[in-house]
Amino acid sequence: MSVLVYTESENGKLKKAALEVASYAKAVADAIGGNVTAVSINSDNNDDLANYGVHKSLEVSDEKLQKFNADAYAEVITQAAKKVDAKVVVISQSANAKYLAPLLSINLNAAYASNVVDVPKTDNEFTVERTAFTNKAFNHTSLSTDVKILGLSNNAFGLKESKAEMTKEDFSAELGDDHFKINVESVDKNTDKVSIADAEVVVSGGRGLKDPKNWGMIEDLADVLGAATACSKPVSDMGWRPHSEHVGQTGKPVASNLYIAIGISGAIQHLAGISASKTKVVINTDDEAPFFKAADYGIVGDAFEVVPKLIEKLKDFKANNA
Amino acid sequence: MKILVCISHVPDTTSKINFTENDTKFDTNGVQFVINPNDEFGLTRAMWFKEKQGATVDVVTVGDKSTEPTIRKALAIGADSAIRVDAEPLDGFQVAKELAKVAQDGSYDLIIAGRESIDYNGGMVPGMLAKLIGANFINTCVSLEVEDDKATAVREIDGGKETLTANLPLVIGGQKGLVEESDLKIPNMRGIMMARKKPLKVVEPVAETPLTKAEKFEKPAPKGEVKLVDADNIDELIDLLHNEAKAI
Ligand SMILES: Cc1cc2nc3c(=O)[nH]c(=O)nc-3n(C[C@H](O)[C@H](O)[C@H](O)COP(=O)(O)OP(=O)(O)OC[C@H]3O[C@@H](n4cnc5c(N)ncnc54)[C@H](O)[C@@H]3O)c2cc1C
Ligand SMILES: Nc1ncnc2c1ncn2[C@@H]1O[C@H](COP(=O)(O)O)[C@@H](O)[C@H]1O
Repeated sequence: MSVLVYTESENGKLKKAALEVASYAKAVADAIGGNVTAVSINSDNNDDLANYGVHKSLEVSDEKLQKFNADAYAEVITQAAKKVDAKVVVISQSANAKYLAPLLSINLNAAYASNVVDVPKTDNEFTVERTAFTNKAFNHTSLSTDVKILGLSNNAFGLKESKAEMTKEDFSAELGDDHFKINVESVDKNTDKVSIADAEVVVSGGRGLKDPKNWGMIEDLADVLGAATACSKPVSDMGWRPHSEHVGQTGKPVASNLYIAIGISGAIQHLAGISASKTKVVINTDDEAPFFKAADYGIVGDAFEVVPKLIEKLKDFKANNA
Repeated sequence: MKILVCISHVPDTTSKINFTENDTKFDTNGVQFVINPNDEFGLTRAMWFKEKQGATVDVVTVGDKSTEPTIRKALAIGADSAIRVDAEPLDGFQVAKELAKVAQDGSYDLIIAGRESIDYNGGMVPGMLAKLIGANFINTCVSLEVEDDKATAVREIDGGKETLTANLPLVIGGQKGLVEESDLKIPNMRGIMMARKKPLKVVEPVAETPLTKAEKFEKPAPKGEVKLVDADNIDELIDLLHNEAKAI
């Protein structure tokens, strides 16, 4: 029995989510019995995986895989899963992982559960808990195939250290032209900003900020916190902010540690997308705004007064706690 | 160009989510069903291909008779004909198998599906379908152009975008961005009248066995009261975030 985990890297460095899926894979291996093997693609150094319970690291380095290609990456993971006879394959829920997962599922003849938030129950059936209805509910799903794929929701399990003796092995998958039928013409990635998907903290602004010119303070607050910026749907519809920042049921889901909502009323579609975040703070002039029912902490007040003060205080706090 | 738009029939985003039969089934009582928002963007993009490039557009849903008003709406928006596979959708794999049969029978050049359906949030049907029929697949697609048999698409990635090209046949997982929200088509009276005369074909399922089963649903535990902090006491907020929530 073995668990295979796909540990993602970016520019040769393991992503933080890779350590989280490794931690989770270790817990799955403990539940079903067996060891964890990781497979990584063009990652320069996988030593850290040994701290999160990985027993063996299969390391692929291939020039052709420099750019992400769902079909080719799915094929690499497929061949790795077959090599170690994996019973469970664990992936993250990054945009790339979600893209390749259904392809992997058909390749391996394996049931796939997405948005998984907990370690499987294996009493008689193999069941996982996952979110459904855009976080308005949870759903227990059983998987009936021999091999199973689990997509772990971002931040749902956290990092759990567990030292292992890890061996490394070069692994090369056989790939044909068939796996490269989609061409990546150009990548336009904002590298000096954290993305909403990877962020620990997200600072989000709504229509209450009244004008795109007022986003300076949102960005300043995000800078102090090392946060990603986000917005409500009308804000992106009006072109105040890019569509890629729209969060909610019809936008991006947010599963950060901290979500700060400024001038956002808290409509059901907005809350659905951010409810997986651990701690939620709302700043709003209207104490009846529905967001106060969903938040952990709230300030009833004018963003234009509260946010600049918060930035100053946080700077002091960061200076003292550095 | 022959286009197939896959439509899932989902509860409206404002719906209250409740469950019945011992929390094993979604409670449809009083719930308004709509075209899955991601599919609505795709359908409108398909209408653009129809108007500008003379494409034909069929829509398909896998579902029982109760889904018919939803696909009729797609016909009213302008699709040429509709197919309903008469089966209860049980999991992504089973739905993908049903759609694969429809896709192969109709030899479509372009299949437009959504990034995910907002009810089950599987995010798996379009990719599985593509793999099953040997078509190319592009997910989280926010822009799509087709010239002869070549597609150029923009895909949303974490923290940015990527431009891709691929040959047809192609399946996409689409979302907002494919068209602007303000360009979404709303059926007008003429469209609704015409939709009544358009073909809606009901086909028998291939009856594939699903690989997963939704055993039980649960609602999140009710939230505790919000802790209010005075606007003049930001230090308290920072203290709570640091010491209590351990979030900073
Ligand atoms: C099908 C559908 C899907 C949708 N999907 C989404 C989605 O994915 N994401 C999403 O966000 N929305 C979505 N919506 C829209 C949603 O219903 C709300 O309209 C939207 O979230 C409201 O955005 P908002 O809170 O920024 O604006 P508003 O509701 O206008 O709220 C502005 C808030 O700012 C406060 N305010 C005003 N001035 C100040 C000030 N000086 N300081 C502090 N606070 C102030 C006000 O009290 C108010 O609460 C969807 C709607 C539909 C119909
Ligand atoms: N029952 C269904 N009938 C037709 N298309 C579907 C069905 N379920 C899902 N789809 C398509 O697959 C997409 C992704 O759905 P899912 O994988 O369920 O999240 C949807 O946006 C639809 O385009």
